[in-house]
Amino acid sequence: MEDKKHVNINKKKAMRVLLATIFVLGTLFLLQRLFMPKYMTDIVEGAMIAEYYEEEKNHDVVFVGDCELYENMDPVYLWEHYGINSYIRGSAQQLIWQSYYLMEETLKYETPKAIVFNVLSMKYNEPQKEAFNRMTLDGMRWSASKINSIRASMMPDEKFLDYAFPILRYHSRWQELSTEDLEYFWTKDKVSHNGYYLRVDVKPAENVPEGKILADYQFGSTAYAYLDKMRDLCRSHGVQLILVKAPSLYPYWYDEWEEQMDQYAQTNDLPYYNFLDLTEEIGLDFTTDTYDAGLHLNLSGADKLSDYFGKILQQEFEIPDRRGESVLQTAWEPKIKAYEQDIERQKKGEEK
Amino acid sequence: MLFTSYEFLAFIGILFLLYYVVPKKFQWILLLGASYLFYAMADWSYLVFILVTTVSAYFAACAMEKTYTDQKAYLLLHKSEMNKDERKAFKAVQKKKRWHCLLLILFLNLGILAVLKYTNFAIANLNGILTFTGSTRQLDYLNLLLPMGISFYTFQTLGYLIDVYRGKYPAERNLAKLALFVSFFPQLVQGPISRFDDLSVSLFEEHTLNWQNVSFGLERILWGYFKKLVIADRIVIGVNTIIHNPDQYRGTFVFVGMLFYAFELYCDFTGGIDITIGVAEVMGIRVTENFKRPFFSKCIKEYWNRWHITMGSWFTDYIFYPISVCGPMLKLGKWSRKHLGEQIGKRVSVYLSCIVVWFTTGIWHGASWNFIVWGLGNCVVILISQEFEPLYRLFYQKMEGKGIHLQGNFGWKVFQVTRTVLLMSCLRLFDCYRDVPLTFRMFGTMFTNWNWNNLSGASFLELGLNGWDYLVLILGLLLVFTVSMVQRSGSVRMKIADMPGIIRFGLWYGLFLIVLILGAYGVGFDASQFIYNQF
Amino acid sequence: MDTLLEILKDLHPDVDFELCDTLVDDKILDSFDIVTLISEINDQFDVTISAEDITPENFNSAESLFALIERLEDED
Repeated sequence: MEDKKHVNINKKKAMRVLLATIFVLGTLFLLQRLFMPKYMTDIVEGAMIAEYYEEEKNHDVVFVGDCELYENMDPVYLWEHYGINSYIRGSAQQLIWQSYYLMEETLKYETPKAIVFNVLSMKYNEPQKEAFNRMTLDGMRWSASKINSIRASMMPDEKFLDYAFPILRYHSRWQELSTEDLEYFWTKDKVSHNGYYLRVDVKPAENVPEGKILADYQFGSTAYAYLDKMRDLCRSHGVQLILVKAPSLYPYWYDEWEEQMDQYAQTNDLPYYNFLDLTEEIGLDFTTDTYDAGLHLNLSGADKLSDYFGKILQQEFEIPDRRGESVLQTAWEPKIKAYEQDIERQKKGEEK
Repeated sequence: MLFTSYEFLAFIGILFLLYYVVPKKFQWILLLGASYLFYAMADWSYLVFILVTTVSAYFAACAMEKTYTDQKAYLLLHKSEMNKDERKAFKAVQKKKRWHCLLLILFLNLGILAVLKYTNFAIANLNGILTFTGSTRQLDYLNLLLPMGISFYTFQTLGYLIDVYRGKYPAERNLAKLALFVSFFPQLVQGPISRFDDLSVSLFEEHTLNWQNVSFGLERILWGYFKKLVIADRIVIGVNTIIHNPDQYRGTFVFVGMLFYAFELYCDFTGGIDITIGVAEVMGIRVTENFKRPFFSKCIKEYWNRWHITMGSWFTDYIFYPISVCGPMLKLGKWSRKHLGEQIGKRVSVYLSCIVVWFTTGIWHGASWNFIVWGLGNCVVILISQEFEPLYRLFYQKMEGKGIHLQGNFGWKVFQVTRTVLLMSCLRLFDCYRDVPLTFRMFGTMFTNWNWNNLSGASFLELGLNGWDYLVLILGLLLVFTVSMVQRSGSVRMKIADMPGIIRFGLWYGLFLIVLILGAYGVGFDASQFIYNQF
Repeated sequence: MDTLLEILKDLHPDVDFELCDTLVDDKILDSFDIVTLISEINDQFDVTISAEDITPENFNSAESLFALIERLEDED
């Protein structure tokens, strides 16, 4: 009788501890979700990395890199005009090791025919800025690639724990919480079109500044090491790695850098396209084709570039035209619709 | 490893688990290992210094104790053959031996502290003198290591040695145990300065897992983090804006900065001590309290009995008393009473000892004139209030005669407490500004540049804190104040322990969430060290 | 004992030293008082109270203080 009573008390105690634990973990989880930035109205670039996971993963071309890809290449155009099924895994100031680990992760989900990498990030040999790290890394799903990417990206004063439990990083956002944080608590809107950040506005490029003289033009050893790793990774998966330099006028692309990239592409037998040298062939006009004075292209510029590059992909790399596939066709339909709505909305916004 | 780092949390978490898993007789050994690991993680080379102090203290204490045991044994054997004077002479010889031993060890350990901490200060002063005399020669500064917590563990060890010298308790025969006493990690960086007879019992005892110890300890730790992270590390932003821009923030702002600094220092220091005591408590170890609601003190003397208590009592027991009752000082007292008159003569020895104590207290806090002036400033205030005591008594009597009972009057108490807080805050300005002349200048601007408009909301928002921050600070300080008020009628944690489980859980988790969310840590906040780490 | 009580009364006229046994614990005697007290005692009793004798136990009451003086006289 006494024993039974004792067991009952213990059971009750265990139950209470269990309930308390569930309550604590549950509220912490909810709070963390609340405090994490949603990137829905401001700096939408922060939401792009996570969008990939909702995609049907059977792309033929995957672009990996920084803003010089996600603002300059238009997968919708590539689909509509070449039937190329592509996706951009881009994020702001994506560093080369982050690109590498994104490639590694992508290859776990799918094996495209080609991966396109923009080489601007060769110029960074060290982690740059916590805020940009966050925008690339927070959106990734947990995997060995994410862990390694975090390790490679952390600034000296950053802590892994802050990535593992983002509430430790974002707790001070309690002052800035807005209705946006509640609105997008569970679900988020799409901010990109297959990774493409669409802009229709125009701000002509005038007086593009010359590059400042640098002390050293040599790309860093870490950057090269990750480029080598990309090369090997793609090789082992039988994926064609294509190196490109987007036609952005700024940040300045030095001749010394160009030489090194040329050299690298030649020794490693990799295709390399510097679109800066091809602006005339592409037909780019920097008085109408950029929305921020030459840093990034707008829709009109991106479509010119996509048209030019689509042709290359089709002819040189034999990327198939899959417009006939009904499954793909239906998958693209809503995307095209959203794309057109976005264009219309932005144009209206302009008129206001 | 800062108390506010993730590493420290992991460190104590693992330690707590191990502490109650290992066989009980190894608990203190585990603690010794943990303390040395903690110290080594700051810098391997620090270990050399703490080992030198520990080993030298061990042998010196044993040697001093031997004089006691020798004396006892000898007297037991030969008592009958010796007359009173012979016995006295024999004891004096033993005492002399002890004294030499103590001198040697004091010289060694204070020497290490002095060289590491004060050499560059001395060089700076010499250079100043050289410049003053027109010389162009300047001495180079030395690149010296300052081991973490050296001021604290050196003083703690010296206290032990002097107690053994005085025969208060026998020397510790186990070197490893002494090593733990010297290096016990929670109090290594910022005190309290424990006494061997206080700490040793619970430090070496075997402890069984006990819900009250663990829950009380964790609660205390959490409360410490609240004061440190939510209040101190937030208000420090405002303090730094004011004190680092003395040209811009004068007058009224000096006053604001002074008050902010009082809150910062209190929350920072007592928060750190709460964590120290809490960590020890979880393991069943009792560390002496270092604060007793110091801001409720009615006079500066009382304040120093309630603020950094272990330091104050250390200076009283090991510096003030020995100096003021030593032979030469007593002689000086006699001489001056004869030659300078009863009134002045009576004061000479006390005053001199007081000045020495406060000079040392000042320089112990830091190798700079700021701290020396700060220490002496305290001394002056204490001595003046000592002199005013008869006047106060007269004043009370007069008021009493008019039917006004000031003593025990609540309003009068509030006045006294406010006066003490303001006085102490003024003195603390020396802790804030770059150098002594600047401090005096800034103090002066409080009277010359006072501007009521600066107390408007807008100027507060210039200081790097926004409205939300001030809201958190006000509510946080209100909570600290309320807890202090409740504390007057007994332990707050005891009161919480009597509440129903669900409320206890709510309080703990609520406080945890407050620290987690409102804590000024991580990106956007400078990970500021505990202020007292520097000393 | 009477001499001692007189010294004490001089220091704090308002305290009943014959009854009080928490002179140190209740901070009735502060460090200044103790030093003054010691120099007076050293004068009048011809003993030397040294720093190591300054403990709360010895100074908490007039009685214990007197016991200390007697002990020291005895030793001399």
